[in-house]
Amino acid sequence: MITDTPPSIDYWLLAPMLTVFGAGVLAVLVEAFAPKARRRPLQLALTAAALVAAFVLTVLQVGSVPAEGTTLAMGAVAVDRPALFFHGTILVLAAIALLLIAERRGGEDAFAAQAAAVPGSEEERAHTLAGSEHTEVYPLVLFAVLGMLLFTAANDFLTLFIALEVMSLPLYLLCGLARRRRLFSQEAAVKYFLLGAFSSAFFLFGIALVYGFSGTVGYAGVAEAVQAGGGGAFAGGGGGPLLLLGIALVGVGLLFKVGAVPFHNWKPDVYQGAPTPITALMASGTLVAAFGALLRVFFTAFGDTAEAWRPMIWVVAILTMVLAAVVAVTQRDIKRLLAYSSVVHAGFVLTAVVAADAAGLAGAMFYLAAYGFTTIGAFAVVTLVRTHEGGPEAGELTRWAGLGRTSPALAGALSLFLLAFAGIPLTSGFIGKFAVFEAAVAAGAVPLVVVGVLSSAVTAFFYVRIIVLMYFAEPAADGTVHTARAGALTGTAIGIGVAATLVLGVYPTPVLDHLVPQPGGEAVATAGAFTR
Amino acid sequence: MSDNSLVLGGAWMLIALPLLGAAVLLLGGRRTDGWGHWLAVALPAGSFVWAVLALVELLGRGAHERSVDVPVYTWFASGGLEVGANLLLDPLSISFALLITGVGTLIHVYSVGYMAHDERRRRFFAYLNLFVAAMLVLVLADNFVLLFLGWEGVGLASYLLIGFWQHKPSAAVAAKKAFLVNRVGDLGLLIAVMVMFTTFGTVAYSGVFAELDGAGQGVLTAVGLLLLLGACGKSAQLPLQSWLLDAMEGPTPVSALIHAATMVTAGVYLIVRAGPIFEAAPAAQTAVAVVGAATLLAGAVIGCAKDDIKKALAGSTMSQIGYMTLAAGLGPAGYAVAIAHLITHGFFKAGLFLGAGSVMHGMNDEVDMRRYGALRRYMPVTFATFGLGYLAIIGFPLLSGWWTKEGIIEAAFASGGASGQVYGWAALVGAGLTAFYMTRVMIMTFFGEKRWDEGAHPHESPVSMTAPMVVLAVGSVALGAVLVYGYRFAAFLEPAVGAPEEHHEFHFAAMLTSWPSLAALGLMVAGAAVAWFMYGRVPVPRTAPEGNVITVAARNELYGNQINEGLLMRPGQAVTKALVAIDTHVVDGAVRGVATGIRDTSGELRRAQTGFARTYALTMLFGAAVVVATLAVRI
Repeated sequence: MITDTPPSIDYWLLAPMLTVFGAGVLAVLVEAFAPKARRRPLQLALTAAALVAAFVLTVLQVGSVPAEGTTLAMGAVAVDRPALFFHGTILVLAAIALLLIAERRGGEDAFAAQAAAVPGSEEERAHTLAGSEHTEVYPLVLFAVLGMLLFTAANDFLTLFIALEVMSLPLYLLCGLARRRRLFSQEAAVKYFLLGAFSSAFFLFGIALVYGFSGTVGYAGVAEAVQAGGGGAFAGGGGGPLLLLGIALVGVGLLFKVGAVPFHNWKPDVYQGAPTPITALMASGTLVAAFGALLRVFFTAFGDTAEAWRPMIWVVAILTMVLAAVVAVTQRDIKRLLAYSSVVHAGFVLTAVVAADAAGLAGAMFYLAAYGFTTIGAFAVVTLVRTHEGGPEAGELTRWAGLGRTSPALAGALSLFLLAFAGIPLTSGFIGKFAVFEAAVAAGAVPLVVVGVLSSAVTAFFYVRIIVLMYFAEPAADGTVHTARAGALTGTAIGIGVAATLVLGVYPTPVLDHLVPQPGGEAVATAGAFTR
Repeated sequence: MSDNSLVLGGAWMLIALPLLGAAVLLLGGRRTDGWGHWLAVALPAGSFVWAVLALVELLGRGAHERSVDVPVYTWFASGGLEVGANLLLDPLSISFALLITGVGTLIHVYSVGYMAHDERRRRFFAYLNLFVAAMLVLVLADNFVLLFLGWEGVGLASYLLIGFWQHKPSAAVAAKKAFLVNRVGDLGLLIAVMVMFTTFGTVAYSGVFAELDGAGQGVLTAVGLLLLLGACGKSAQLPLQSWLLDAMEGPTPVSALIHAATMVTAGVYLIVRAGPIFEAAPAAQTAVAVVGAATLLAGAVIGCAKDDIKKALAGSTMSQIGYMTLAAGLGPAGYAVAIAHLITHGFFKAGLFLGAGSVMHGMNDEVDMRRYGALRRYMPVTFATFGLGYLAIIGFPLLSGWWTKEGIIEAAFASGGASGQVYGWAALVGAGLTAFYMTRVMIMTFFGEKRWDEGAHPHESPVSMTAPMVVLAVGSVALGAVLVYGYRFAAFLEPAVGAPEEHHEFHFAAMLTSWPSLAALGLMVAGAAVAWFMYGRVPVPRTAPEGNVITVAARNELYGNQINEGLLMRPGQAVTKALVAIDTHVVDGAVRGVATGIRDTSGELRRAQTGFARTYALTMLFGAAVVVATLAVRI
């Protein structure tokens, strides 16, 4: 859109994203100019300050955003209650992940000394001995977080695509930075990148088709065109196939990001290969962002043609809940198991998408926030269980036998997280599941919920199996593990996870009443939750 | 939140204090051994003070503003379903709260002396506190689900405390028996709650009672009978009475608090609380009265033959609760007298049990009354307090028991018709039997010759034990008059339990001279005289004589255990065996089959995760095709 007058931009409402962006740029400069010894503390302080400031700004904005929301920058970005909720959640989750990223034990953090060195080479050894550090991690995280924020607030398809790439590219790099098992980590990064590029292609093609149908890329314009039966070249009608194909391909791109079956294959490999703190960030922040974008696109731009896309979400949700739960049963590595668990949970959230109303939105929002805190805590526990002192993480579940006796606090925290994943009452997982299933039932998707409940039962099996393993199994004779003492940073991360899991489970009312839209059965647009 | 004052709005503190005590004692471990029991005394005492303040505040309100809903906690609300915990403070629940915390605190004090030498004392006090908290949940709940939570909580505490001396096999068995028999009743209550939820869509008292008109007679009767089943289990009424006598294996303070004063009266509370349901279901209400009348006689007969002092008192408890149940089955006319008797009974029966405990304390834990005798000189305080409790329970004029029992007898006759005559006469005969068995206990324990075992050196108990007995004795003497004189208590309860159809004026003179009153007096004297002729005039043998058919039946608790065993236990075991077989072969088979199937499928599906990016891309392409297909069908 080319105009003579410059667009007016409300910088106050953009301030959180601008803060993170500015800090990211600044961090690049720090990386270039600050002396090596000062880099890490500077980067850490800058990143933490940016996340905290952005969160504070987000909270302060609550008062200045009208109830029905508003759009900025000529409709490119929407700021409304759900966007603020997602922003706040992502920022908090990123801050917790930052605790894990910053944790060092024995002077080593989780990242490769020199990522460019060939694994196993002399050069790598030299860098390890010299104590090199990749403080580039911090600006990369900031850019990824910026992408997540923009992803949930984007209000036209081009902005959405840019946000997707801003979020994804740093993550591809971060995945390849693991200090140990570097080939494995690099393999994960390359896979993630290739498949991400593949899905982006679908996504872009879908955007093109939608543009073809409606003559615009703005969600509001698309929604109008959907109502009118066509826009632009197809204003007279006849563009139906374009729209349907467009929805399908845009859907593929978004479902890839949330990791729904059959677009999930990357998740186990990437989650396992990436440095665990980055996995924690992806499993919480990225999932929230991806669903934030998916909800906004399907509820606003495609909101009026929900009958058309509902079967698609039905099929994907059922595949996701059933297949991922079944495959998870035979997993032997904790990180892979949590990856499949993340896939199943994406399926549960999809049941709320089917509802396509305010209740569904509220359920999904609550679910995502609750799940984010729990999963980040679970990955924090994973970072502590090592094969031996100073050794790599002990991923194989058989080695976790008897952990309940050797490290009762750690095993207790993990048990709580697992029970929350399983949806046991008085944990946040129960309320979340209740909310999404209730929304789905109210929208008439009873069979979907039946599948969801059965799948929950299967997931409970492998969650509880870990608890049984930790508490009731004798430690294997050779497979003793060393549990590192939780440092202040990791300890805080686990503590926040435990607290959030319990509080949202025991006393969820404040969040349900004030932070997520009030379910009333109306479409989201009339409920004033999302802005068009 | 509501505009309730601090005291009423903070009613949850009533429950929280003893719960805190239980938590501190159980979690604090040995560190709390030194002072834990005093904390356990102080916290229920704090609850008692809080309850008194709440009562004062309620009394300061108009008669019909004394029902206060206290929102405590909403877990989550979704559409019509709101799950949370709200408390209801009204004249009925506050009366119970006062009884529980008041008598409870006294018994805690008593236990400090009684359990002084028990190495697991801390745990005992933790369980006692847990019991008080659970019992308060039961009576303060504003809905049936929360009531059920408290109901199960007191069941748990009762189980733990009956079996407290777990090194005795008999105690462990008794605890298990109490638990199992109570499960039968609990199941009835649980089903009743479920039926209410499906019928009325709510479990709150106010919601259920408001919707009663819409329900069919069959449903209401079923709900009423199921509630009665629950009440029978908890209150040891026929046919679920068998556990109470065995429950005397628990330490005596437990028998006093749980199995005499408070928990066993929960059934009466349930029936009175659910009064509107029973009024809408006359058949169920009649069943309540019949059960009460039958139990009051059966309990009294059992009490007549038992030589174990605690079991004799336990039979008496059954019988007295039978009185309350009978009154509760008479409708609004009986509710106030039932609750009044419940409260005075809480005092004099707790006093009697504490007295029995004091005697046992002095007699090396001997419970057989044939090994007692002539103790009045050695234990004067115990004798005096026990004696006052004795006079109260047999209905000696102007003592507590007289006021409240007269009320029940009068209400029974006043209910009219042939049934009223039956209930009334049952109550009168019961009064005579009460006088007989209590006089027997009194004589065998405190009068006559010494029949002690060698090495018995009876002595008076320490002050921490006698002081609570004295307080309870004062209540046994005076409380009845305070409550009943001038219909004070009935008027207080009326807004909560409903008014009787015809309002009686209180006539003190009529109460003394009406024919049922005189008949009760006569039967009391007769019962006491017979007991004196049988046990006071002639020496009591140290071993029980053979006795006639009725005596033997009474000693065997009217064959309740044998009936249960033949009618329920053996067929039950057969059914269990069959079910276990079905479970092993059919249910487990199916479960294992599904599990194996899932595991095998999982193994197969894992192979799709090859690790090759090209395979993944192909899967995605396939997925995209599926997704496109789901939308393309609309083109």
